[in-house]
Order: sequence, then C-alpha cells, then structure tokens
Amino acid sequence: MDWTFWLEVVIKGFVLCLILLTGFAYLTWYERRALARMQVRVGPNRAGPQGLLQPIADAVKLIFKEEFTPGRVYKVIFVLAPVLTVVPSLILAAVVPLGTSFNLFGREINLHVANINVGVLYIMSIASISVYGIVLAGWSSNNKYAMLGGIRSSAQMISYELALGLSIAAAIILSGLANPDGGSMNLIEIVNAQKGMWFVVIQPVGALIFWIATLAEVNRAPFDMPEAEQELTAGFHSEYSGMKFALFFMAEYQKMIVISMIMATLFFGGYLGPGVDKFPLLGPVYLFLKVFVLLFFMIWVRATWPRIRYDRLMAFGWKILLPLSLVVVFITATGIVFVDKYHSQLYFWSIPVLSIFSAMVAVMFIYRDLRRKSHGRV
Amino acid sequence: MNADLIVFLVLSLITLASALGMLFSNNAVYSALFLVLNFVTVAVFYLLLGAPFIAMSQITVYAGAIMVLFLFVIMLLGTENLAPSNSLPWQKPLAILLAVILAVESIYLVFARASSSAVITAPELATNSMENLREMAMTLFNEFLLPFEVTSILLLVAMVGAIVLTKQEKAGAK
Repeated sequence: MDWTFWLEVVIKGFVLCLILLTGFAYLTWYERRALARMQVRVGPNRAGPQGLLQPIADAVKLIFKEEFTPGRVYKVIFVLAPVLTVVPSLILAAVVPLGTSFNLFGREINLHVANINVGVLYIMSIASISVYGIVLAGWSSNNKYAMLGGIRSSAQMISYELALGLSIAAAIILSGLANPDGGSMNLIEIVNAQKGMWFVVIQPVGALIFWIATLAEVNRAPFDMPEAEQELTAGFHSEYSGMKFALFFMAEYQKMIVISMIMATLFFGGYLGPGVDKFPLLGPVYLFLKVFVLLFFMIWVRATWPRIRYDRLMAFGWKILLPLSLVVVFITATGIVFVDKYHSQLYFWSIPVLSIFSAMVAVMFIYRDLRRKSHGRV
Repeated sequence: MNADLIVFLVLSLITLASALGMLFSNNAVYSALFLVLNFVTVAVFYLLLGAPFIAMSQITVYAGAIMVLFLFVIMLLGTENLAPSNSLPWQKPLAILLAVILAVESIYLVFARASSSAVITAPELATNSMENLREMAMTLFNEFLLPFEVTSILLLVAMVGAIVLTKQEKAGAK
C-alpha cells in the first residue's frame, strides 16, 4: 500500500463525485426536456443551445437565493439533514464497477472505486441509512406538514426495502449459475456472470420488482408521497430554501442515477457490451447508455402515472410486492438447484416462465381488488 | 504504532462518547441519533476485525431498520422532551450498583485473560472475507440449523403478535 494507491483511490473517488454532480445537473435538464416533449411543450431552451446551459443558470440562482432558517427549528439537525441526505447518495456509487481496467503510464487502473466482497450488502446498508436525512429534515423543521412527509417517507422506505433486498437476492442467486463455487455478492463478479446472458432475461420479474422498489426508495413519482404537493405542501423539505433545498434536490437526482447504475449492473450486464474486452474504455460508455435508457423510463413513469394513494402504496408494498418477491426468490433458487443437478435447459427456462406466471397472478389479484373497489362492494 | 491501532483508538473514543451522549442527552431524538452513531462505529470495529458481512448487517439491521423505527415511534408519540419522572425510585441506585459490578467483572476478565496464555485472536477464517461468508453460511445452515430456524420462528411470532394486537384494537373501535 504505497502512496500511489491512495492517490489513485482519491482521484477516482473525486472523479466519480464530479460525474455524479454533473450528471445531476444534466439529469434535471434531461427530465425537463423529456417531460416537456411528452406534454407537447418545448421545455427550457433559452439558455445556450437547446437550453444546455439551463442547469448552470439554475445552480447560480439557487446559490444566490436567500437561505432562510425558520424560528424554533432544531438548528443542528436542520443543517445536518440535507448533508445526511446527499452523502449516502454519493457514496452509494463507490461499489459500482464502471468497467474493467486499462493501462495508464504503465499502471493498471481499475475502473471502480471500491471492490468489496459484500458490495450488494453495502448497497443495502447505505440505502437503509439514507432514510435518516429525510426523517430528520421532517422532524427538525418543527412543522406538521414536514413531519408527516418525513414519517411517510420512513414508512415507505422501510416497507419497500424488503422487496428491494429480495429482488437483489434473486440476482445474487443467479450469479451462481455460471460460477462453480456459487453466487457472489461482489458486483464485479455479478457483472461477469452475465457474460452469457443478462439477468433481466432469466429473471424479468426480479428486475421489475427491483425497479418498482427503487422508485419508492428514491421517492419518485408515482411513489412521491413524502412530498405530495396537494396534501403536504412540499413534504419534508417545506421549510428549506436556497442551497439546503438544492441539496435535497441533488440527492434525489443523484440517487436516481446511482440506482439506475446499480440496476444496470445487477440485471442489464453493467459495463458489458460488444468489444469491451478489447477496448476497456468502452465499458463506461455502455454503462452510460444503459443508465440513460433506464433514466428515461423513470421520467416516462413520472409523466404518465398519477400518484398512488398512501394506503394503496402500503398495501401494494406489503401484500403484492413482498409475497411476489419471495416467490421469485424461491423459483430462482429451486431452478438453479435443478439446473445444477440435471444440466437441462428445460429447468433453466422454467425460471423466467414460472416467475412471469406468478407476476401475472399478482396482477390479476390487483385487478380484481381494484374492480371490486370501483363498484363500491368492499 | 500502526494504522489499525490509531483507527481503533479513535473509534473507541467515538463509541464511548456516543454511548455517553445517548445516556445523558435530554432529547429522545438526539439519544436515538447517538445510538445510531454508536452502532455505526461498532460496525467499523467489525470491519477492523475482518468481518465485513457482520459489519454490513449491523448497519442494515440496527442502524438502518431498527433505529428508524425507534425514531418513528418517538416522533409519532411526540415524546422528544419528557420530563424526568421518579416513578421507580429504587431503580437508580440498583442500576448504578449493577453497572459497577459489570464493570468490575469485565475489567477483571480482560486482565485475567491478558495475563494468561489465552490471548483473544481474530479467528482464522476472517482473513479471506468471501471464504468467510461462504463458511459462515455453511456453518449456519448445517451445524446451527435448528437454532437458526427457532430464531426465525421467534421473529415470526413477534410479527404475528404485533399484527394481532393492532387488529384487535380496530375491532374494538367499531
């Protein structure tokens, strides 16, 4: 462990943070433009060509805005809460591999900040820590609306974390398919296990559950209950203004990016793509393209879906997503055992078929439940 | 003095300080936050001992899930600033006595151990964490399967119990 090692780690961490911060700025632009297109508007197009300078203008505006701290707030926590929200969203990306490795001045540079064996667990633990920022922001504001927003978000995040963890477990189990000594929690090994086939093909339902659960984790529409305008003004960040508000904003969009990166890594082959073995610098490009598409889906959902009612959100998380993800994990695990035992393609293809069947059963339940409610016969 | 020792000393200071802060802060929310800090530093201790799996589970389960529920309850009930009450007057002296006994016992044990040949060392498995993880899963699901299942049934019973309690309340309200 010489000083070049530390230098490399520091530089890589710094570059990753810069990527995320720029990504955040341009994701806001991307979202506004895409939303505008879907709603037959133009969107921000004044600052710079195609409005590309809009994020910079926004940043300058937010920096120079008055930062007002209301009276009777819990000052320390009030200042700490935005920081506690942003930091997890940044460090979450540390374990995601951006590519393999390349040579620079005779030194092999790995395209990931941290290669830890329990990478998936790291993601889970940081995701569970990230609730605190929002809860504390709600509590320290000393405002009923903010408080309700914070409490809603903590309930929502805890509920959807279960489905999230179980769908990740499905990906971990699948990574043992090609590997003789079993699955791995290391994200690089999970990516390498997808060389033959992306996990989204083998376990589409697991990927879908992961995606829905992450939408709830990052408080995106249609699960943006913590900041539902009609009911809670702006939810947990009602009392925040200026840069402190910008930090919450930043955290949400960075989490979107990082979650898409993680989803691409777990289910869409991460940095894998044609020609990556020869030109390792293509890895980040492929990952970027996948993240770009996944982010588009998030924006698309926001543009088209109304917000879910709170009790239905909870019922959906506990009564549909959790049992379905348990079934998915069960199907995946038994399928893998049978494939190992009999080496038959039949068992292999039974995994996606059976999981899609169980997902259809779940959808049928939702449909029946909603139909019954709409006729008023409870 | 190597890096691990420095990290250990700094961490121990933070752990002790956060534990004391948890005990002596007036606001229940601050107490809960100090406890979170304490759990996180304990997780880093596990990392130092070469057990990343336990470290991450510690953060996910204790600092993430359980303490969020604690905060949730404190905030919902609005019990941040309860006045100190003297409902159990005999409790304080007894608690102090028991704490002193515990401290004396643990100090005695640590020094007795240190003087004897049985020095506490990190287990062999801890060197390679991936092997460690697999080995741990094997031990857990082969040797200790029954205790593991009993624990999970215990948790399940607790969960069902909580649901039953809230259901009964609803039926009574109707």
